[in-house]
Amino acid sequence: MRVAVASGKGGTGKTFVTVNLARTYNNPILVLDCDVEEPNTNLFLKGDLINERPSTILVPQVDESPCDGCRICAEVCEFNAIAVIAGKPLIFEDLCHSCGACATFCPQDALQEVEHVIGTVIERKSDSIRLIEGQIHVGKALAVPIIRDVKKESEKADEDMVLLDSPPGTSCPMVWTIGDADFVILVAEPTAFGLHDLQLAVETVEEVGIPFGVVINKDGIGDDRVEKFCTRHQIDIIARIPYDRHISEVYARGGDILEEYSYQVLFENLWQVIQQKVESQEVIHA
Amino acid sequence: MPDTISKAMSNLPKLRELVVLSGKGGTGKTTITASIATLSKDLVLADCDVDAADLHLVTNPTVITETKFFSGKEAIVDASKCSGCGLCEAACRFDAFQAQIDGTYSISPIHCEGCGLCVRLCPENAIHFEPRDCGKWMVSNTRFGPMVHAQLHAAGENSGKLVTVVRKEAKKIAEEHGQSLILVDGPPGIGCAVISSVTGADAVLLVTEPSLSGIHDLERVTSLASSFEIPVYVCVNKSDIDPRITETIREHTIENGHTFVGTIPFDEHMVQAQLQGLSAVEYIEGETRDRINQIWENIWTTW
Repeated sequence: MRVAVASGKGGTGKTFVTVNLARTYNNPILVLDCDVEEPNTNLFLKGDLINERPSTILVPQVDESPCDGCRICAEVCEFNAIAVIAGKPLIFEDLCHSCGACATFCPQDALQEVEHVIGTVIERKSDSIRLIEGQIHVGKALAVPIIRDVKKESEKADEDMVLLDSPPGTSCPMVWTIGDADFVILVAEPTAFGLHDLQLAVETVEEVGIPFGVVINKDGIGDDRVEKFCTRHQIDIIARIPYDRHISEVYARGGDILEEYSYQVLFENLWQVIQQKVESQEVIHA
Repeated sequence: MPDTISKAMSNLPKLRELVVLSGKGGTGKTTITASIATLSKDLVLADCDVDAADLHLVTNPTVITETKFFSGKEAIVDASKCSGCGLCEAACRFDAFQAQIDGTYSISPIHCEGCGLCVRLCPENAIHFEPRDCGKWMVSNTRFGPMVHAQLHAAGENSGKLVTVVRKEAKKIAEEHGQSLILVDGPPGIGCAVISSVTGADAVLLVTEPSLSGIHDLERVTSLASSFEIPVYVCVNKSDIDPRITETIREHTIENGHTFVGTIPFDEHMVQAQLQGLSAVEYIEGETRDRINQIWENIWTTW
């Protein structure tokens, strides 16, 4: 089963929910931190380093001897990553989307695709939790190839539960993260910004077509507008995490909030709800 | 407006652009942006968090113009011409093609990167390219001044390019109407949309919070901001959640040669301001207001 934790707005508590779900799961679980611009799950789950490797994309490299300066490579590049100057192609690696069009259409076979490092994939393990984190290098723009790289690691996983911590927003990085999930948890705050960004996230998850439920975090800090929106649109609120300044303080310094029994129960119950939801979906599809 | 700020502003020769960033989401970028807008007045606002734009919820804009945003292209399959050869699926690096029951291929617009490889490869010319409708951008009037904002479609592409359009439009307005400041509410993270928000800007204000996540994300966004070689200002929101981490952030900021401009204590009234559709300094009196005022003054007097 694959469960993604997402939100439109940043800072609503995606990582908070991910970390505590991972800790309350009773069997081996694989956590994928797909927030590659700002991955934080490892600050809380820690664990021993198992593996660290570069995350790369393929970019073209020019072999100057066969190149006759025909400019086809620059013409087929939709991302303006190639300019032909003084009869020779100049490659702008940071604009390259790694589509392979230039190398495919070069009539002289003068373009080789070589690996270009844009990030790191790090694997850690503690007890029954394995964490794979993607990290984009500062100054690199493309998050999606690293997210796909992280997700590739889960294809050969032994764990039967995979939990994905999504980046904020509703554009390509979020969509690639949740794309193959069985269920999406949308974490929302009961505030004006929280509601607006939840609406966008709901629209996106519906567009992708995945069953989802809403977790209201910091319940009590704002008003009932998120609650009313969910009722009106028949969206299930699958958990309410009460606003508690003490919990914010413990979490801020990296402490374990599950030492408070009520939170242990809250996350165990959330697992039950998720499992019921996914099973009922399977029945519908069968 | 305090005299010191008026004086500093009147001495400035040219238009300046300040980008508010945070790395981590939810630290209060939009809250601070709206408050600075209240204190400054003579400015153009640009909301560059085009994925999840929230600034309009507290600025109550009256939209004057709305423009569709087309960027890049997307591949469309004409199933009646498709022979089902599968060349497209084999060549596509973005897993955008799916074989249909009738043997033809369909394309997922969400996955299509718009590279055109398939369009050029298809032996039947069954795939064509169309401009991609990615969202819209608006020019509005607000009680703080003009504002340029945008909305990317759900699951949309090209957020970086939309950010560039928003900033360009804001600059055009400021040059036409003589405002001295463009204030940019930036997106979270450090990737494509953030790089587009800060390229060519004059200074960055980083809003963080005193938590492990906040400090970790601040390091990454600081290192990005530093690479642009423009002034970097740092402030800590919700500073009393962990005073020790707040102090560490202040020390790091100074060690790195950046300017620490102040702290704002955690204040539940901030949420109330937001629910009322007001900026924090419009709604809150007392310490929180004073601290934000101080932050703004520290930026103007050292810029």
